[in-house]
Amino acid sequence: MSYTKRPDGRKFDETREIEAKVGIIKRADGSAMFRIGKTIALAAVYGPKELYPAFMQKSTTGILRCYYDMMSFSVTERKRPGPTRRSNEISMVTRDALLPVLDLSKFQNTVVDIFINVIQADAGTRCAGICAAAMALADAGIPMKDLVSSVSVGKVGDKIVVDLDKTEEDYEEGATDLPLAFMPGTGKVTLLQLDGNMSKDEIKKALEMGKKACEGIYKVQKEALKARYKK
Amino acid sequence: MSEILVKDKEIVVPGEILAKGMDFLPAGGAIREGENIVACRLGLISVDNRLVKVIPLTGRYIPKSGDMIVGEVAEVGLNGWRVEFGWAFQANISLKDGSNDYIERGADLTRYYTHGDLVVGKIVKIAGPKIIDLTMKGPGLRKLGPGRIIEINPQKVPRVIGKAGSMISMIKEHTGCNMIVGQNGRVWLSGTDPKKEALAVEAIRMIEEQSHISGLTDAVKKFLEKEAKK
Repeated sequence: MSYTKRPDGRKFDETREIEAKVGIIKRADGSAMFRIGKTIALAAVYGPKELYPAFMQKSTTGILRCYYDMMSFSVTERKRPGPTRRSNEISMVTRDALLPVLDLSKFQNTVVDIFINVIQADAGTRCAGICAAAMALADAGIPMKDLVSSVSVGKVGDKIVVDLDKTEEDYEEGATDLPLAFMPGTGKVTLLQLDGNMSKDEIKKALEMGKKACEGIYKVQKEALKARYKK
Repeated sequence: MSEILVKDKEIVVPGEILAKGMDFLPAGGAIREGENIVACRLGLISVDNRLVKVIPLTGRYIPKSGDMIVGEVAEVGLNGWRVEFGWAFQANISLKDGSNDYIERGADLTRYYTHGDLVVGKIVKIAGPKIIDLTMKGPGLRKLGPGRIIEINPQKVPRVIGKAGSMISMIKEHTGCNMIVGQNGRVWLSGTDPKKEALAVEAIRMIEEQSHISGLTDAVKKFLEKEAKK
């Protein structure tokens, strides 16, 4: 049986409803909220600040530390608080997705910390986290040559779709998830993961669709950043 | 060939293309990426002839030599003081720069500045990421007396001071408070009347919130006059 209709009635290349807000955490140097459908991520940026332990300091550049976590109440069954194998890996890929746009060379020996907390999870949390973190970094005034927009694409049944939600991810005939992050200005890819099976042509098509979706996300991010200072 | 894609005083986000072609030059907050000039900070555009720059609206204070800062003495060492001023690393005041008086070898340095004292100093030299030299010799540089410290966004300090100090002298005039604004976003103020002190704080917060609006000096003046009548 082929996959003809998405459970929430979206088109195959349509993302869920997106909302973004900047400057939600007062004590942080920069902060942002990013919501896509039922997935909500909060990001806070602190720094540049002195880095301890001192042996981690780099005398040529500042470093970036990412911390991704899901709140214990964010999923249907309580998630045990604290870092896990999964969240450690996502922290790492988030850092690698954001680092290419940042210029920390003027902040030698310092660290910029990003804390991403998912307060409600409905698939695509790492992508929501990256979107929120990129906005929070811009809000913190860290020099960066571009923003980062991220979305997950994938294959549900036999169809390529954009922005899978949890019911689609758990589709009984098999679903493949492919999280993506783009630098919207240059179109360069900063994150590409694949969980499942897809052919070469399918991946090509998915990348195309993901890029288009990211353009929509970029617009929302841009507006959210500007809205903070418009009156 | 070359064209500018943004208007003066427009808000831009990092990654936005500001100008195309080689006829324009990027200044602070903007970089050249191939043929284009791209913003790398969230801020307001300022176009000055061929120079395109972004005046940042957010971000921490980044030390620059020549800046006057308000800091707190964090450490008293054998040959100087360490001052915390809102940056990742502390600044250093050497014995030579500590005071206009001659400080003798082995003198008790806490007599000049001690742990927790507020000082207003000037950055003389940044010799490396961790080596920031501060001086206390110069007009207006001194230890600060009792008062309160409020922290503001460092990027808004120029607006709080105003053109040639117009904004700050207006607040001083209306509230009778003594005020010192450090480039690092720390404002020291002390007044005789706590109510007027609170009014000065409110005025500063108002400037911070509406710093990107033009005609702010008049708005603040109106606000202060209205509050004074109450």
